[in-house]
Amino acid sequence: MQVEFQQIHKQFGPVQALCGIDMRVESGTIHGLVGENGAGKSTLMKILTGYLTKTGGRILLDGVEVDCSDPQTAAAQGIGMLYQEPQDFPSLNVLDNFIVGRDSVAGLDRTAQRQRLGKLAERVHFSLHLSAVLEKLTIGERQQLEFLRLLGRDARVLILDEPTTGISDQQKALLFQALRQIRDEWRTIILVSHKLEEVEALCDRVTILRHGLVTGEAEAPFKVAELLSMMFDKPPSIERTEHDYQPGEEILRFSGVSANGERVGLSDCNVTINRGDIVGLAGLSGSGQGVFLRLAAGLLHARVGDLIFSGAALNRLGHREFREKGGVFLPSDRLHEGLIPGFTLRDHFALASGLSSAAAQQAAEQAIQRFHIRGTPETLAESLSGGNQQRLQLALIQANAQLVLLESPTRGLDVESGQKIWRYLRETFSGRGAIVFSSAELDEILAVANRVLVFFDGRVVRDLRADELDYEHIASAMTGK
Amino acid sequence: MSDFSLVILFASVLATAAPLIIAALGETITEKAGVINLSLDGSLLLAAMIGFMVSYETGSLIMGFAAAALTGALVAIVVGIFGIYLGLLQVAVGFALTLMCKDLAYFLGNPYSRLQGPQMLSVKIPLLSDIPFLGPVLFQQPLMVYLALLLIAAVWWYLFRTERGLELRAVGENPEAAYTRGIDPRRKQLLYTAIGGALIGIAGAAYSLGIKPGWGRPQGIEGLGWIALAIVIFGGWHPLKVALGAYLFAFLQVIGITLQGVWPSVPAQVFQVAPFPLMIFALVMINLLQRESVQGWVSAHPLLQTLIRQLQCSPPRALGKSYRPD
Repeated sequence: MQVEFQQIHKQFGPVQALCGIDMRVESGTIHGLVGENGAGKSTLMKILTGYLTKTGGRILLDGVEVDCSDPQTAAAQGIGMLYQEPQDFPSLNVLDNFIVGRDSVAGLDRTAQRQRLGKLAERVHFSLHLSAVLEKLTIGERQQLEFLRLLGRDARVLILDEPTTGISDQQKALLFQALRQIRDEWRTIILVSHKLEEVEALCDRVTILRHGLVTGEAEAPFKVAELLSMMFDKPPSIERTEHDYQPGEEILRFSGVSANGERVGLSDCNVTINRGDIVGLAGLSGSGQGVFLRLAAGLLHARVGDLIFSGAALNRLGHREFREKGGVFLPSDRLHEGLIPGFTLRDHFALASGLSSAAAQQAAEQAIQRFHIRGTPETLAESLSGGNQQRLQLALIQANAQLVLLESPTRGLDVESGQKIWRYLRETFSGRGAIVFSSAELDEILAVANRVLVFFDGRVVRDLRADELDYEHIASAMTGK
Repeated sequence: MSDFSLVILFASVLATAAPLIIAALGETITEKAGVINLSLDGSLLLAAMIGFMVSYETGSLIMGFAAAALTGALVAIVVGIFGIYLGLLQVAVGFALTLMCKDLAYFLGNPYSRLQGPQMLSVKIPLLSDIPFLGPVLFQQPLMVYLALLLIAAVWWYLFRTERGLELRAVGENPEAAYTRGIDPRRKQLLYTAIGGALIGIAGAAYSLGIKPGWGRPQGIEGLGWIALAIVIFGGWHPLKVALGAYLFAFLQVIGITLQGVWPSVPAQVFQVAPFPLMIFALVMINLLQRESVQGWVSAHPLLQTLIRQLQCSPPRALGKSYRPD
C-alpha cells in the first residue's frame, strides 16, 4: 500500500514538533526515516497509527484520503506499528498477548489462536514459547511477538520504531530477514532509525527529518556523508577555546564496567579520566551516557567491573561518599532530580551545607548576586526558569569539588546563558579537577571539550583527544558507522 | 463437637461469607481493570441502608436489591469520573467518599432505625436439601449464598475465559498498550468500576436484608468493607483465591462465636476482634514468604514451595494510576 503524507503539522502546546511534512512511501519497499532524536520521526509515525492526532495536513493511502484519528480506525486501514517501548502486557502470557486487542482476528479460541501464532512464527522462522509469561522474555522476544501479531492482523503498512535497540545480534538478523521477506510480499515497511548501518542494510529509500522538517530524500545505495549532513545541523564556525591540555593524575577510572539501565545499559567500559580533562559525552540520547554519569556518581551500581574514584573503589560507595570525596552530579532533570521543587532557595542552601536559617539566608543572597539568579531567597525552586534552576544547581556545588558531572548542562538555555555557565565551570573547575558532561548538541561538545567519548548502543565506541576532534567523524560514530 | 453443630458451623460460614464474597469480587473486577475503589466500606453501608429503606417502603426485596446496586454503582461512578477522567488521586476520592457515605447512611437511615422490615428467607432446594449433612449446609441457604457461589465461577469465567475479560485485564496491566490496540481504556475502567460498585451495593443489601437484617446505628457491618479490600489483596486479585480468603475470614468469625460458648470466661470482645488481627497476620505471612531470604529456605521444601507459588501474585500494574491520553 502506498502511503502519502501531505503537509502534516503537529503542535504540542507551544512547541511545533512537525512543520509541514510531505513524504511518500511506495508499496513493497522498506522506507527509512532517519534523523536525530527529537527530529519528529516517532511523532509522524504515531500520527499515522492514530496514537497522536495531527494538527493539520492529510494522509493518503493508495491515493485516497483516510481518517487515522484513533488506533482502531488506523488499524482497520491496515496500519500497524511496532513501538519503541513495547506496547504489551508483561503479566499475561505470550498467547494472550497475541490475542488481546480490538484489532484481533479470531476471538478467544485459544486453540485456534495458538495454531495461528505457530504458523506465523514458522513463516518468518521465529521461535517463541507460547505459554511463558511475557515478563520472562527478552525485549527481542517481546518484539518478535508483537511483530507476529501485526503480521497476523494482516497489517499492510508496518512501522518499526528503532526496532534494534536492546536486542541481540541474532534477533536482529532474524528480524531483518523477516522484514525482507515481508517486503517481497508487497507490503510497505517504514523503518524509523538513527542507525545508518541498518538503514544501509535494509532500506530502498530514505527520508531525512530535522527539527520537524524534511531535509532530504535519498535512494539506495546511500552516501553516508550526505545523509549525515542532512541529519545534523551544519557545523557552524565554532569558536573553539584553545586548550593547553596536559592530563594530570587520575581522578576516575572505569575498568571493564558493565551495568543495566536506560534499556541499552553500558557494556564493558574502560575509561580513565584525569585532572584537567573536560570530557564531552557524545551520542544520540539514551546511548549509555546517562548510565555512565550515574555510575560515576554512585547512583547506579555496576554489574561487573571496577570503578575507582580518587583512589577508592566506588562500587562499594554510594552517592553520599561520592559527594564527600569531592564529586558533584547535576542531572538533566534539574527540578526533580537535582533540586526540590517545593523548597525555597534558602532551604536549598540550608540543606546543602547544614547552615542555620540566618546563614543560609546570607548564602542564598550571595549566590543570587554572584550567579545572577532571578529570584529571592524565598522563591520556590519550581517557580524558577530552567536557566535559573541550573544556576542554582551550580551555586550549590560544594567548594572542594574536583569532579563535576553534568547531564545536558545547557539544555533549554539560550546561547548566552549557556556560555556564561561554561565560562564559570571552566574557570572554577578545570584547574583543580575534571568536568564530564553529556550533551545532545555536538556543537557544544566540540566547543567546550578537550576530550570526547562517543557512545553508541551502550558502548564507548571512540575516545578522542582534543587534536583529533572532528565533526564528521563524531557524527558518524554516533550513528554506528 | 456433635454432627449437628458442625452443620450449623459450616452453614453459617457459607452464609456469613456470602456478602463479603460479593463485595470482594466486585472490588476484584474493579481493581483488575486498574482502578481502586476505596469507597467500599462507606458504599457498603449506604447501600445496606438504601436497600433496607426501599424494600421497607415498597415491600419488595427485589426493589431493595436494585436500589442498593444502583447506589453502589453511582458511588463507584463518582470515583470513576474523578479518578479516571479528571485525574484526581483515586485513593483520595475513594477515601473521602467512604467517610461521606457512612455519615449519609446514618443520617438518611435514622427514621428506619430498629424497624422490622422484609427479610430474605432460606430457600430449600428440593431433593438436594435432603442429602444428609451436605443438604443443610449447602442447599437450605438464603439466595445470597447461591448467588455468591455462582458469582465466584462467573467472575473467574469472565476474567480468564472471555475476550472481554482478557481486555479487562489488559487495561489494568497497561492501558497505553490497550489503547494502541483499539481499546478505550478509560471507558472500560469506568464500566468495570460501575459494575464492581453495583456488586458492592448488592452485598450491602445482602447484609441489611439477610445476614444482619434491619437497619441501625451501628449496623454491625462497619469495617467489613476494609476487610473486603484486604481480602482482594490477600487473594492476589484472583477470584477463586479471593473467595477462599472470604471463607477463611467468615470461618474465623463463626468459630469465634462458637468458642465464646466453650470458654465463657474469655471476654466476648476478644472473639469479635480476633478475626481482624488474624487476617492481618495471614497477609503478613504471605508477604514474608515471598521475600528472597525466605525463598531460599522454602526451596528445600517442595510442597511448601508449590503452595507459596500458588499464593504469589502481583497487583495489576496500572492499579490506581489514571491513564491520560497524549
